[in-house]
Amino acid sequence: MTTLLIADHNNTSLADATSRALTAALQLGGDVHVLVAGANDRAAADAAAKLDGVKKVLLADDPALDHQLAEPIAALVVSLAGDYDAIVAPATGNGKNILPRVAALLDVAQVSEITKVISSDTFERPIYAGNAIAEVRSTDRKTVLTVRGSAFAPAPQGAATAPIEPVAAVAGDYRSFFVGEALASSDRPELTSAKVIVSGGRALGSAAKFNEVILPLADRLGAAVGASRAAVDAGYAPNDDQVGQTGKIVAPDLYIALGISGAIQHLAGMKNSKIIVAVNKDEDAPIFQVADYGIVGDLFQVVPEIEKALN
Amino acid sequence: MKILVPVKLVIDSNAKARVKPDQSGVDLANVKLSINPFDEISVEEAVRLKEAGKVSEVVAVTIGVAKAQDALRAALAIGADRGILIQTDEMVEPLAIAKLLAKVAEAEQPGVVILGKQAIDDDSNQTGQMLGALLGWPQATFASKVDLSAEAVEVTREVDGGHQTLKLTLPAIVTTDLRLNEPRYPSLPNIMKAKKKPIETKAPADYGVDVTPRLKLLKVGEPPARSAGIKVKTAGELVEKLKSAGAL
Repeated sequence: MTTLLIADHNNTSLADATSRALTAALQLGGDVHVLVAGANDRAAADAAAKLDGVKKVLLADDPALDHQLAEPIAALVVSLAGDYDAIVAPATGNGKNILPRVAALLDVAQVSEITKVISSDTFERPIYAGNAIAEVRSTDRKTVLTVRGSAFAPAPQGAATAPIEPVAAVAGDYRSFFVGEALASSDRPELTSAKVIVSGGRALGSAAKFNEVILPLADRLGAAVGASRAAVDAGYAPNDDQVGQTGKIVAPDLYIALGISGAIQHLAGMKNSKIIVAVNKDEDAPIFQVADYGIVGDLFQVVPEIEKALN
Repeated sequence: MKILVPVKLVIDSNAKARVKPDQSGVDLANVKLSINPFDEISVEEAVRLKEAGKVSEVVAVTIGVAKAQDALRAALAIGADRGILIQTDEMVEPLAIAKLLAKVAEAEQPGVVILGKQAIDDDSNQTGQMLGALLGWPQATFASKVDLSAEAVEVTREVDGGHQTLKLTLPAIVTTDLRLNEPRYPSLPNIMKAKKKPIETKAPADYGVDVTPRLKLLKVGEPPARSAGIKVKTAGELVEKLKSAGAL
């Protein structure tokens, strides 16, 4: 069998989730080709060619493919799909946006956010906010999958470089036009690939306090910053930082939850972290049921003390 | 302009899903069911567009068992004008849902279909995109802002790292994210009024759509359990523990 992996990238570099999805794609058992579709995206294709286990990179470089709009990219993937038994994408914002469009055009039922490959047609995926794990088998002639990055290790760079082959975008009247974007630039690690995450909840009380308490500790630990939905809804942190069922799913080595009570939707996003630390005033907060180490106390006192103890 | 809003009845977001002992699925008997939270946001957005005079009618549609019409009643209480229940006892997968919705869209000719980005039961996040593909309509998923005009809709989307704004020529698909709006609590008079609004009942066969599942559900198991750890007294003790666990 042969698998096509749709890379998530920003034209110059690959998203970490791409190499994690590659690990899952390789577990399907066949050759893996990677599609890098974008504009002026040669550098991203070069990076994909270096990943261990990639047999071939397909490079689509066309202004129409800039900004990862779902319509032209799905059309491109469908034009290539005849050669492939499985089509895989990381379950990133782009992957989630594009791949169901591909699946429907191929008349295939997609399996979303797999966390385990059992065989080339059978997978595990969490449902009900991770409170249940479904084992599903695809009966379609092709499989179409998105991969939850936190469940797979990133594939390493290999010694060999895979060949890069150009492929052409598919012209069409897509009726979807890019207007603009506002992307935050940050020196901090990206949330879904960070080894350490410091996450804040409603107890922070304001955006100012959130920044004052969470950011220095995150900087001290070289950590990414996360937030509960309550903190995001209250405007303390941007939506992009939201950890949970419908936000980012993370599994860092260390997750520090500050002033987060631990609603099931939040736990769904972080309970597979290796070590969980919780600081909360309420000793009955559900977060303590999943935390390896808990401190019952006022985070405004405890966090500065943690920083002091680190120094 | 008409707006079509597909809705789904799901486990309430405050209820905990329990796996059946025979691993055949999740036990929903005696569990509170509600309209999917993202669908509630979709209905709210559609109703606001109607209140702003940009839309003439909001049609809610659901696919499922007879009880699924509770989701329609919730939509009608927010302000949708009428409902369509496509009744079936099958577990209908997103692809078949999208095929049914495509038929409804062909019949109703909406300017926009607004869907929730995902249902909080199966967490698939597929239906809107699939519907866009089947109809050949453009899509803007994970919307945090929707600006509708007669010919186009401008949508700000939540993307990894920030926001992206797209302009779609109508007809188009929009899927909603959490921050698009805060749905109203329907007033009692509106809940009463909703009971009198029309709901048309159909079957998948009326649309000629085969809803046989393509995925075989082999089993549904418990997630790996995570046991509670220990409480520590001081920050110093915590840092020490983390160091000896190799986490720092």
